[in-house]
Amino acid sequence: MSELERYSYDVLVIGAGGAGLRAAVEAREAGLRVAIICKSLFGKAHTVMAEGGAAASMGNVNENDSWMVHFRDTMRGGKFLNHYRMAELHAKEAPDRIWELETWGALFDRTKEGKISQRNFGGHEYPRLAHVGDRTGLELIRTMQQKIVALQQKDGKQYKSMDSNIKVFAELTITDILKEGGKVSGAYGYWRESGSEVLFEAPTVIIATGGVGKTFKVTSNSWEGTGDGHALALKAGAKLVDMEFLQFHPTGMVWPPSVRGILVTESVRGEGGVLTNTKGERFMFKYIPEVFKDIYADNEAEADRWYEDQDNNRRPPELLPRDEVARAINSEVKAGRGSEHGGVFLDVSKRLSAEVIKKRLPSMWHQFYELAGVDITKEPMEVGPTCHYVMGGVEVDPDTAAAIGIPGLFAAGEVAGGMHGSNRLGGNSLTDLLVFGRRAGIGAAHFVKNNGANPVSERAIKAAAEKIQAPFDRTGGENSYTLHAELQEVAQNLVGIIRTANELQDAIAKIEDIRARSANVSVSGGRKFNPGFHLAFDLDNMLLVAESTAKSAIAREESRGGHTRDDFPGMNSKWRQINHISSFDGRQVNIRAQALPPLPKELFDLFDVHELEKYMTPEEITKGGSN
Amino acid sequence: MARKLNLRIWRGDSTDGGLQNVQVEANEGEVVLDVIHRVQATQMGDLAVRWNCKAGKCGSCSMEINGKPRLACMIQVASFGDNETITVTPLRAFPIIKDLVTDVSFNYKKAMEIPAYAHPDGLAPGDARMEQVDVERSQEFRKCIECFLCQDVCHVVRDHEENKKSFAGPRFFIRIAELDMHPLDMLKNRKKTAQEEHGLGMCNITKCCTEVCPEHIRITDNAIIPMKERVVDIKYDPLRWLGSKIGKREGIV
Amino acid sequence: MSGVFSPTRAEIKERTLRTDKWWLQPAITFGVLLSFVIYATFRTFENKNYFAEPLISPFYSPCLSASCEPGTVLAIFGQPFNNQYFGIGISPALFILIFPLGFRMTCYYYRKSYYRAFWMSPPACAVAEPHTKYTGETRAPLILQNSHRWFFYIGLVFNVILTWDTILAFRNAEKEWGHMSVGTLVFIFSTTMLWLYSLSCHTCRHTLGGRLKHFSKHPIRYKVWTVVSALNHKHPTFAWISLFGVAGADIYVRAVASGAITNFYFF
Repeated sequence: MSELERYSYDVLVIGAGGAGLRAAVEAREAGLRVAIICKSLFGKAHTVMAEGGAAASMGNVNENDSWMVHFRDTMRGGKFLNHYRMAELHAKEAPDRIWELETWGALFDRTKEGKISQRNFGGHEYPRLAHVGDRTGLELIRTMQQKIVALQQKDGKQYKSMDSNIKVFAELTITDILKEGGKVSGAYGYWRESGSEVLFEAPTVIIATGGVGKTFKVTSNSWEGTGDGHALALKAGAKLVDMEFLQFHPTGMVWPPSVRGILVTESVRGEGGVLTNTKGERFMFKYIPEVFKDIYADNEAEADRWYEDQDNNRRPPELLPRDEVARAINSEVKAGRGSEHGGVFLDVSKRLSAEVIKKRLPSMWHQFYELAGVDITKEPMEVGPTCHYVMGGVEVDPDTAAAIGIPGLFAAGEVAGGMHGSNRLGGNSLTDLLVFGRRAGIGAAHFVKNNGANPVSERAIKAAAEKIQAPFDRTGGENSYTLHAELQEVAQNLVGIIRTANELQDAIAKIEDIRARSANVSVSGGRKFNPGFHLAFDLDNMLLVAESTAKSAIAREESRGGHTRDDFPGMNSKWRQINHISSFDGRQVNIRAQALPPLPKELFDLFDVHELEKYMTPEEITKGGSN
Repeated sequence: MARKLNLRIWRGDSTDGGLQNVQVEANEGEVVLDVIHRVQATQMGDLAVRWNCKAGKCGSCSMEINGKPRLACMIQVASFGDNETITVTPLRAFPIIKDLVTDVSFNYKKAMEIPAYAHPDGLAPGDARMEQVDVERSQEFRKCIECFLCQDVCHVVRDHEENKKSFAGPRFFIRIAELDMHPLDMLKNRKKTAQEEHGLGMCNITKCCTEVCPEHIRITDNAIIPMKERVVDIKYDPLRWLGSKIGKREGIV
Repeated sequence: MSGVFSPTRAEIKERTLRTDKWWLQPAITFGVLLSFVIYATFRTFENKNYFAEPLISPFYSPCLSASCEPGTVLAIFGQPFNNQYFGIGISPALFILIFPLGFRMTCYYYRKSYYRAFWMSPPACAVAEPHTKYTGETRAPLILQNSHRWFFYIGLVFNVILTWDTILAFRNAEKEWGHMSVGTLVFIFSTTMLWLYSLSCHTCRHTLGGRLKHFSKHPIRYKVWTVVSALNHKHPTFAWISLFGVAGADIYVRAVASGAITNFYFF
């Protein structure tokens, strides 16, 4: 075997989506040498799929907006299970992160005064989402991709080559995070193109790998959403928090089958789209939960007026947080009022002219026209829930994004947990990426300054290399495609939107069985760009994620946000005080309960106490926040 | 309503390769990428293909279908005749890696050669004011999903390997146009370098880039030709050149 | 081996795997443009049958010879040529056609068409071209394509002249105003199409507004630019129709002047 390809950097960023790129920019600007790993080509990350916008209380459209209002909305959306400090930092820093993008060349849509325009979105009290048509994620990725090129050009003038200090390693999969003496020492992986192995030595690793959607059958996620970062962190000894919370986006495409799950942006509803069942009934009015009765309209007339006058009317219930809308659609379909393909109807053609639809929702028009043969300026769309986002993730320190328990490991973006509580508001993920991506970059820079290099041992290299070779040495084993399909079936049916103890028990057993069989996966063909081989590693990651989710879900005996238990339908204030922490002992995932940090007094006081009573125990209310 | 579909898929690598016939099931509403995935899962486990979003938003699954550069996720199987054989090959302008995957690093190298956006000194974050009419032209070009189909189809490099060093390609002409039309960009010599360093003059506006663009960006009419005209302003139009020396006419330099 | 047959590329022996009739469009372009060139050349050298009061063929306007009766057409040009130049008979059309021809030759749309149809560079998208070397419009003679805007300006002058000819066509053979014939309609159509072709041109779009960095500071030019941009979408259509229009006007004048038909008057 030829000599191992080795690199040495200060910071290794795994993942080139919004969070990874933002972290890389920050780390490089702090003077560090940075490697960025992407599993696919540079600039293709799942962030490009984010359509609606990035939530930041800039107050460009409604001056009443402020970080406090944004913080309140985020906590409400997450049903108060959010880590308060993350929600606070996010709300405070989001506007700066958006404005900063403009200095890098981003071109958001404008208001009449020439400021960044902001649009309405589910769960946000004021128009708050900075956007570019319905391709905001693309704008973010491209802006940061180009910012990295700008940094490279700057380095090129100063040093010998453009990528001497910040380099993108495209189409490379990391299979292990390496540690020496309990601290991060680097990572090991392989080039997808050639299959040859690579060692990165780095005292800090930032995980920014995004989500886990590919564990499910119906998902808006691409093949990359296989929970790699979650699994890498678990295997490295880090903890995952609240993995039971998965967001099922209420509106994915349902027909034709090949596009099932592809996202239909929430902006469709933000712009006035209406949900109806086969009886033509605008059903969302029936599903406004008690806690939201004050802010959502209970009749069509008021809901319609809101689009014109937001100060004197309550919002239409189509704009309830995503978990509520997804459950409502699920119930309508189960009650037999769904469309022939198992969805409901979303219609924007009645409120907006064809011209406006094409201008404000261009890629939606395009997507339906080309993939489903539906002209959304004339006909309704057929939509249904799709697995979209995981709220749970690596347990981190909010201020530095450092993974709890592993010095040198950081996590930001979807892979990090805590920020969104039990349910994420639309628009909060794009700013989450920016705020905590930047913080992870700063955190890593501090860490590098205080800690020297941590050389990787030969023993660690050997172990990592053996794992990559293993599937080629086996013959006649299981096919990774088949096992993946089985796992998706199990996750979809037993750990999906509505859960019960029996089904979850069943799921845990089945996942264990698939895991046992996956140890025997063999791969045909060579190492060169071999998708079967790639999937074998992804599968391992998805199994760990699914196990964490199923086990956390069975432990949480209530329904909240992205976790609905048929056998425990209500929200329970006692459970609000508990986070579920997943850890991996090398054989299986273990779950333990951990107390959620209480809301400090100054944040507690931002809320009307009557609202808090709906979520908190009487003791918490009496205490009035911690000091 | 499943049907049997005849596919011809190019398989191989840089040493050799060729078209292989394969029969596969196709269901209603499926796109070419779906059937390629089915081939992969059932018959050719190691068939290499790039893809990500499967919704025409990421630009990964670029390949040539019946000789035309396309995104495999956006081409309906139903758009082909019942007995038609669909030929699928990798992009033919770039070096082959394996099967349907090519080495597109040419494009990333070119991206690094285009001077970045230059923000006005002293304009603090949050202070920028831009009118919608002024950002719209550049926004059209920022729709680009970097599928590189335009780079693939452009005969300047597709048919002339030796031109790759001196020609940035349509994707980067729209990048240059985007920056030149950006209301705040401060870099003044983009027109000159477009012509002298990035090969704008090599383009003979035969418009294939526009024809293949899945985002329907009007590359030739809205970016390349306007840039060519701007180059004429500074290089081939004595009157305009003189005007720019005497008074400060907007848009020149 | 170069291009798609380069050793690094996927090994495929066909120049193209396109299954549609990709050759049809360039073949039509080739046929139509070639026919026009042959006809125009013939007419240029024919040097007669280009004037029949009050109609003058657009190929020969402004009339530079004595064959047009003094005063019947734009007199300011005088009659510098008497069909004799350097002692030999040279058709005035030669001096005229060079300008509209230059405008069309350097037009961004025609460039696309003839590069494809005549030069096969490329013959169609994703069809390998036959040339081994390619330098585009970076050196002589093709660098002269950058002179398009000058031809555009001159073209506008010709449009004005042809508009004047069209106005004159509202007279009868006795030079009395207030009449209208089939010839008038032919001229109106031809001239309108020429204006639409010129105004929808990319250079025009650039000059009137495209070159600005901030539309918001020039609201009127922005408005004009949006209108021209809309016309620009149809530039290829106008290019073809105006070509047929001008040829049609010439054919009509020739038929009337040669006595093959009479110009029918509506009133």
